[in-house]
Amino acid sequence: MLTLTLLGLLVLLALGVSAPFIRPDRLALRLVHGGVGGVALALGIAAAIRLVAGGEVSELDLPLGLPWMGTHFRLDDLACFFMAAINLAAALVMVFADGYAARQPKPTRALAPLPIFLAACNLVLLANDAFVFLLAWEMMSIASWLLVLANHREDESRHAAYVYLAMASLSVLLLLLAFGALAGIDGDYRFAALREATERPPMATLAVVLAMLGAGAKAGLVPLHVWLPLAHPAAPSHVSALLSGVMVKIALYGLARFLFDLVGAPAWWWGVVLVVAGAASALIGILYALMQRDLKRVLAYSTIENVGVITFALGLSLCFRASELFDLSALALAGALAHALNHALFKSLMFCGAGVILEATHLRDLERMGGLVRRMPYASLFMLMGSLAASSLPPLNGFVSEWLIFQTVFASSALHDNLPRLIVPLMGAVLALSAALAAVAFVRAFGLAFLGRPRSVEAERAVEPGGTMMTGLALLAGGCLLLGVFPVVTLSLAESAAHGVIGVSLPAGAVGWIVLAPLGSGGAAYAGFIVFLALLGLAVGTRPLLARLWAERRRRAAAWDCGFPDASPSTQYTASSFSQPLRRVFGTAFFRARETVDMPAPGDARPARLEIRLIDPAWDWGVEPIRRAVEAATLRLNATQFLSIRRYLSLMFGALVTLLLIVAATQQ
Amino acid sequence: MIRTAIAGTLLQLLHLLVALAAAPLLLGVTRFAKSRLQSRRGPSPIQPYRDLLRLMRKETVLAHDASWIFRATPYLVFSLMVIAAGMVPMFALDLPLASAGDLIAIVALLATARFFQSLAGLDIGTAFGGIGASRDALIGSLAEPAVLMVAFALALVAGTTALPAIARFVLSGGVGVDVSLALALIALLIVAIAENGRIPVDNPATHLELTMVHEAMVLEYSGRNLALIEAAQMLKLLIFVSLVAALFAPWGLAAGDVLDLLELGGGLLIFLLHLLVGAAVIAIFEVSIAKMRVFRVVEFLGAALILAVLAVVFRFVAEAS
Repeated sequence: MLTLTLLGLLVLLALGVSAPFIRPDRLALRLVHGGVGGVALALGIAAAIRLVAGGEVSELDLPLGLPWMGTHFRLDDLACFFMAAINLAAALVMVFADGYAARQPKPTRALAPLPIFLAACNLVLLANDAFVFLLAWEMMSIASWLLVLANHREDESRHAAYVYLAMASLSVLLLLLAFGALAGIDGDYRFAALREATERPPMATLAVVLAMLGAGAKAGLVPLHVWLPLAHPAAPSHVSALLSGVMVKIALYGLARFLFDLVGAPAWWWGVVLVVAGAASALIGILYALMQRDLKRVLAYSTIENVGVITFALGLSLCFRASELFDLSALALAGALAHALNHALFKSLMFCGAGVILEATHLRDLERMGGLVRRMPYASLFMLMGSLAASSLPPLNGFVSEWLIFQTVFASSALHDNLPRLIVPLMGAVLALSAALAAVAFVRAFGLAFLGRPRSVEAERAVEPGGTMMTGLALLAGGCLLLGVFPVVTLSLAESAAHGVIGVSLPAGAVGWIVLAPLGSGGAAYAGFIVFLALLGLAVGTRPLLARLWAERRRRAAAWDCGFPDASPSTQYTASSFSQPLRRVFGTAFFRARETVDMPAPGDARPARLEIRLIDPAWDWGVEPIRRAVEAATLRLNATQFLSIRRYLSLMFGALVTLLLIVAATQQ
Repeated sequence: MIRTAIAGTLLQLLHLLVALAAAPLLLGVTRFAKSRLQSRRGPSPIQPYRDLLRLMRKETVLAHDASWIFRATPYLVFSLMVIAAGMVPMFALDLPLASAGDLIAIVALLATARFFQSLAGLDIGTAFGGIGASRDALIGSLAEPAVLMVAFALALVAGTTALPAIARFVLSGGVGVDVSLALALIALLIVAIAENGRIPVDNPATHLELTMVHEAMVLEYSGRNLALIEAAQMLKLLIFVSLVAALFAPWGLAAGDVLDLLELGGGLLIFLLHLLVGAAVIAIFEVSIAKMRVFRVVEFLGAALILAVLAVVFRFVAEAS
């Protein structure tokens, strides 16, 4: 299996390298998207089967790379789960991409980095030493940077790609230092050696903090999230789907691999840090999403929320593990993994749907959309399913994993340490608040885009595209429904992976085809299938039943609107007015929201203006000072650019002597 | 095995029929009690039945811009409420549907209904629909976490979020007078008032006012569609009254063998008593308080959230000491 996987990755790399040379463009698109989709589908299915069948952990060492180390690969349950999740989502996105990319102005630009990106993502999962891990991680960053740059003629894309590259470099630097701190001065960088280290190395705490920061920056955890809402929307929509659906999952995998596997038994505070960071990301992410006008930015901020939810569950699992409550730890981890898979599906669906809207109207601004449900009936149905899933409402898949996570939160009174016992319930309340706000954010996004009357000519003239774009959407939406109605599919995968990591299974019968009872029979249960069946039966059956009792008469007329209907679509609620109450309640605290009304004096003919100002604290107080400091430092260092050769040589000599002194001092 | 399955199905059907039949009565009795407290004659308690029947027979007028979402929403919202009502014990504890969803699932079903209703409010593209949806979103986003925290507090006490199991735990006398349960009860009551659009959060009797929330959202509905929406709203009131009763006063509900007719009859009587008490409490509360400004509602619901969180924290502290 491992060898075959590596061969599959080689196929992807070959596709990437040969893509620029294939003519004509149409053939190249078909070949690359078909090839990537096929390989991803094969990898995803193989990984899922291996996970359910309970295969052995397989390892492979190749004499490549660094001469004293070689390269090490390993496929275990955790890696298998992520491999299944990202590849299945990526395969479905590729169906969409086949139709979507062909309609882009320069479709071949994103073609070469795409297979390399997916290969690198998979390679991160297979890595069994720090060298391969970091190499694959960096490959993933560079390839995705090229993907973000696909529309490089737009200022927005260039700016986003630049910020993204800086953050990605920071992330890999922090991870490099984390591995260094973990392995020690003359350490062994094989994961097997790190894993088997009997005593925790002296700098393990530093390593854990660095790993959290490094992986958190890549996943988009608050306050290291500033790049995500820039980079994800700037890319073409199928790439946005991959970035949000696939890449942040790899970052979370890195976090899980480091904290659950490499460092050894957890200290109690690791989990607490993740729980707090996760809850903060969930709340702040979804509040930002509520304030955005750009549909793709709404989706990107919602990704931050979901990353927060997953991180929260990972942290909770660590808390339970530190208290040696292994069955609850396994349950929380299964919830986190299930949410990762569910998010990969519904966020890919939403980004692809945003792509369809963009294709039909060339609009991303919610305030200019409206009424698309009548012009694009199928897209609106699929997006409605995606919105329900992203709002974690039954009977879609998002609800199942959130339900599971809440069940583990409610069991947190079993924790031994006092600080987590106090913090977990408080952060649980924050999580509940963000789940409710997520529903508002998606009512707003869907309602403004698809419902009401068209707010612009473009929206009025939208034409629903057909072909593989819609097939891709349908498959993704079908996946969301299937995993919501039969959560056993997700959870048997997540359970196997959690078993592989924690070493404990969930109680017998916890995960059945019909009923989900994670805490054993008699405890809380959820049956998605029954809820779905009852909803379908009632909703479809009520109408003929009522029609039999009383004959139905229907008529179309003008809207009532309390007797004062206004023909102008501009009297409708807008995206900004919809979120005005929430902006007033939460915005002043989080974004220092200010509304200024400029009302002209009587007799003055200029229009009145309402201006809303929001700040992103992470950008204004976090990134901006650092950017200024870096700029000041580089301006200073600029002076060293034009020295004489004599001065350069003496600088080098000085550096050498200093380093030797450090070595001499530490070797004592 | 088969006998218990048949008995369970029969019980569930009976439960749903009773819920559907009792929901308009609860609203009617509430209005009746309220008008008597205000020294008005008021309509008879069975007026809601007549209203529903009248709306069912009337012609349905749809706006030109109404999409399939607008037309499907009444049926979806009504179905979601029926399913949620099927999960809440009213006169008997062991409902088959109760094993299909716990308290969190019930909250989520209500949230799904709210989701569709907000979408329908936005569908026609009128300012009233938008204002209703936007304000309802504000109320819902604070009410839902509060209920989840109440569920958390109950889960800490009873060890589960399954409703029959919580009721059994209360019945077994496992809890005495408990500070955190009292806080949870107050929080749940506040949420019940807000979720059902009662005074002081929203005024169910209002029309053509800028302060209305729920009525603004469903303004464009008429005829059969409006009847379904109203029926769903009545069911929601019933769900919350039964929820409070089943969680905090489950005494007398049929808990044993599902086909014990005597016990079922006793359960039905207790259920009727719950409805009357619920209606009386709502009526007294409504006549003794004035409607709040929209942004005061945030403080009211924020208080519910804080109380529910305090209930949880007290429980943690009590267990630690």
